[in-house]
Amino acid sequence: MCRPYATPLHPPLLYQKPDKPGINALPVKRPNVVKLREQLIPLIIDLAVVLVFLPNATNSRMDIFLQQIVNGLVLGSIYALVALGYTMVYGLLGLINFAHGEVVMVGAMVALSVINFGLANGWPLPLAVLLATASAMLCCMALGWLIERVGYRPLRHAPRLAPLISAIGISIILQQLMMLIWGSTYRPFPALFNSEPHVVLGASITDLQILIIVLAAATMGGLMLLVQRTRFGRAMRATAENPAIATLMGVNTNRVIALTFMLGSALGALAGVMVSANYAIAHFSMGFMLGLKAFTAAVLGGIGNLAGAVVGGLLLGLIEALCSGYISDLTGGMFGSNYRDVFAFLVLILVLIFRPSGLMGEKVAERA
Amino acid sequence: MSLLSVRNLHVAYGAIQAVRGINLDIAAGERVCLIGSNGAGKTTTLKALARLLPAQGELHYDGHDLQRLPAHGLAKRGLALVPEGRGVFARLTVLENLLMGTYSRNSSKGEQEADVQRVFGLLPRLAERAQQLAGTLSGGEQQMLAIGRALMSHPKLLLLDEPSMGLAPIMVQKIFDVIRSVTEQGVTLLLVEQNAHLALSLCSRGYVLSNGCITMQDDSKALLANPQVQATYLGMHMA
Repeated sequence: MCRPYATPLHPPLLYQKPDKPGINALPVKRPNVVKLREQLIPLIIDLAVVLVFLPNATNSRMDIFLQQIVNGLVLGSIYALVALGYTMVYGLLGLINFAHGEVVMVGAMVALSVINFGLANGWPLPLAVLLATASAMLCCMALGWLIERVGYRPLRHAPRLAPLISAIGISIILQQLMMLIWGSTYRPFPALFNSEPHVVLGASITDLQILIIVLAAATMGGLMLLVQRTRFGRAMRATAENPAIATLMGVNTNRVIALTFMLGSALGALAGVMVSANYAIAHFSMGFMLGLKAFTAAVLGGIGNLAGAVVGGLLLGLIEALCSGYISDLTGGMFGSNYRDVFAFLVLILVLIFRPSGLMGEKVAERA
Repeated sequence: MSLLSVRNLHVAYGAIQAVRGINLDIAAGERVCLIGSNGAGKTTTLKALARLLPAQGELHYDGHDLQRLPAHGLAKRGLALVPEGRGVFARLTVLENLLMGTYSRNSSKGEQEADVQRVFGLLPRLAERAQQLAGTLSGGEQQMLAIGRALMSHPKLLLLDEPSMGLAPIMVQKIFDVIRSVTEQGVTLLLVEQNAHLALSLCSRGYVLSNGCITMQDDSKALLANPQVQATYLGMHMA
């Protein structure tokens, strides 16, 4: 029987402040009211300055400069696709899925195996490529689902460090597993397209590179539509903002989270196929550096922000291509383009110091 | 047969028992309020009913055993909670917030549009702000949006948590008018309020919650006339 105490036993202390924005929390995050335009203008100006001065400063030729832009766009499209996977998961869970790079690698490996199998059995090339990409994406979706179910969901309410360690663990397991399956050597990826480049204004671009840029752009556009216009996209954004309230609306947040992991993994697989095809190589450790760079791209754009991931990815690709292209000239031959990986992380450090919320992120880095 | 019946509900935050064995019965079409001071367990009770908190006890709603339903299955069955602090999605537009209210119904575009127009008719202010981000609304508008969003799901039972909190008196009046007109169309209401006078004048019946227990239950008139309620919750001094 319910009998009241003579004196109140529970002072207001009773309410523990929820760790995550719970049902009690007012929407403390300010909505992103800064216009896209205002964010992009300084960026465009910067880019214009680089475009005008860099070729002159280095006394270089315009065709080489354009070539670096092309390389940067190809690289950037791939980074952007992978960065979207990081940023979607972060937006939902405030979690950095460090195993995402490995998912990209698995995608490349699966595609490689299917293509090799297909070519050995005399499939027509377009069919082999299509099936390889599709099976890579399907495998990675299953893998993404598994990673979330096994690695992250049990730790959903654990302290923040736990899922991070889990992520690193998954990453190591996947790498070693793939090494056992596919071996530790660099595997050549067959040339899929006519490798004769088109020459435009002195810069050359292959069919494959055009395809990568177009396909990446189309995929990203599709993703934006999905997130902004559909019922699932709304549920995703609602869950990202407040899972408890989204649940009240009837959203099965676990399913939204699982589907988001699958979606990100599918994009990652596509990127994995692209990167392997572009560099004609696949390796069990290729996901590590790619993942780190894509993560950098996500941070550069403002992690949690989809458009930011795209901008950050493209920008990082351009920065990397231009810097590795010109570093030799700029330093009088002291450093060569083998220092290319330095720039991505230099960017990461600079962003973290000067603009931790990224180019398009919210000003208040509440969950960082 | 009551729409909602709660038997021996217990909710604990760790070692602290916030709700200690309460019973509630609400018939379809009724307006019932739950009043009590800070920390009495009002919000906890509502959250437990909406399955947002683990709870012990028998919770029966419209022929369902609530303890066996997942939290995200309630909206589809007509149970809607408007949480304390409104809980609008600040980074979604007003319209998107409303559409989230129809999520569980998975209705067609036409039905959604009809529902949106129905809610706009009830809360014209929302129509003016349809394309605005919900985070840019005033507190009163956000409360309207939260109620409108709940109405989008065609609820049978509406659980309202402190709709008057932090609002100007004129806004409170508007919101209570809306609540009244909604319940007159047959929606059952369980209202949690600190403003006991407001709550009792809207509802036909009230429960008084104190230290996680129901200490009094009566119809509103009797509670309003009760000297103990007057002293404790209505700010009137005993003569």
